[in-house]
Amino acid sequence: MGNGTRLGRVRGLGSAHEGAGEWWKHKVSSGSNLLLTLWLMVSVALLPAYDFATIAGWIAQPLVAVPLILLVLSVTHHFRHGLQVVIEDYQHDESRFVLIVLLEYFTITVRVLAIFSILKIAFTTTGVAA
Amino acid sequence: MANVRNTARPLSPHLGIYKWGPHMAVSIIHRATGSGMATVGTGLFVWWLVALAYGPDAYATFLDTFTLSNGKLNILGYLVGVGLSFSLFQHMGSGVRHFFLDAGANFELRANKRSALATFAFSILATATFWVVLLEKAHG
Ligand code: HEM
Ligand code: HEM
Repeated sequence: MGNGTRLGRVRGLGSAHEGAGEWWKHKVSSGSNLLLTLWLMVSVALLPAYDFATIAGWIAQPLVAVPLILLVLSVTHHFRHGLQVVIEDYQHDESRFVLIVLLEYFTITVRVLAIFSILKIAFTTTGVAA
Repeated sequence: MANVRNTARPLSPHLGIYKWGPHMAVSIIHRATGSGMATVGTGLFVWWLVALAYGPDAYATFLDTFTLSNGKLNILGYLVGVGLSFSLFQHMGSGVRHFFLDAGANFELRANKRSALATFAFSILATATFWVVLLEKAHG
């Protein structure tokens, strides 16, 4: 944005300076959540069975592992922001800060655990995919 | 911090005078389902993936928690399974309704109420369809 015009410098800021941008990113993640969770539910419903070999073989396919990782990124981004709004609505003392920090740690832990597991399944499963 | 409520002061009267309607139900259920999925749902999703990554034994422990020895779902399995899938579809429906509201549309009373009811119709139908497909497969 540089030092642009006065209008250019305030555009998208609003009174909280960054709220509008956060809100917008949340809407974007809502859109990708919609597509990816629909994909997951339809795919799970269409699987022939739910035993270990079927599920691992299913996840090991590139066009399953990758959308699943995208889903993890989209959903964690979305709930990270969503839960922060919930915390900010109801916690008004110091606990607000503590909870938001815990939420940050929770989100990153979930993201890394989930993606690592998907990759491990994908790279160690041999045999024919479901 | 500065904005802790002073309990000596009365609440705004509108907080005591309201009538429940579909729009209010959709609003609070959107929050409840989102928060529930983000905590319980995320926990189970990660457990599922980590168990798969550990191998067949860990995955069997995961499945055993939610199934009987004959492979059918137990009560916890139904509660969590139906609860989370309904939460997802209900949140999905009200999330899509939110897109219209955020664009400034659909605030006319009748349309607003009808779309609120439609989110419930959608989520009940979608959850039922999902489980009919799953159970047909399990029970032939
Ligand atoms: C199915 C696709 C989804 C759509 C279309 C969607 C849409 C939305 C929208 C539009 C909001 C904002 C509501 C507002 O501004 O008041 C929201 C909030 C939220 N969402 Fe989602 N969402 C989806 C999936 C998910 C999933 C899978 C999770 C959790 C794992 C989740 C967790 C949340 C949370 C915690 C909030 C904040 C609730 C609040 O502030 O009341 N959402 N969602
Ligand atoms: C009819 C029942 C209620 C419903 C459906 C409801 C739903 C909600 C929702 C969805 C939000 C998030 C709004 C947003 O993010 O735009 C919210 C915020 C909030 N709620 Fe509730 N709520 C209810 C009752 C109450 C009551 C009885 C109180 C307090 C006595 C309360 C206190 C608050 C506060 C302080 C906020 C934050 C407001 C803000 O965004 O500045 N709620 N409520």
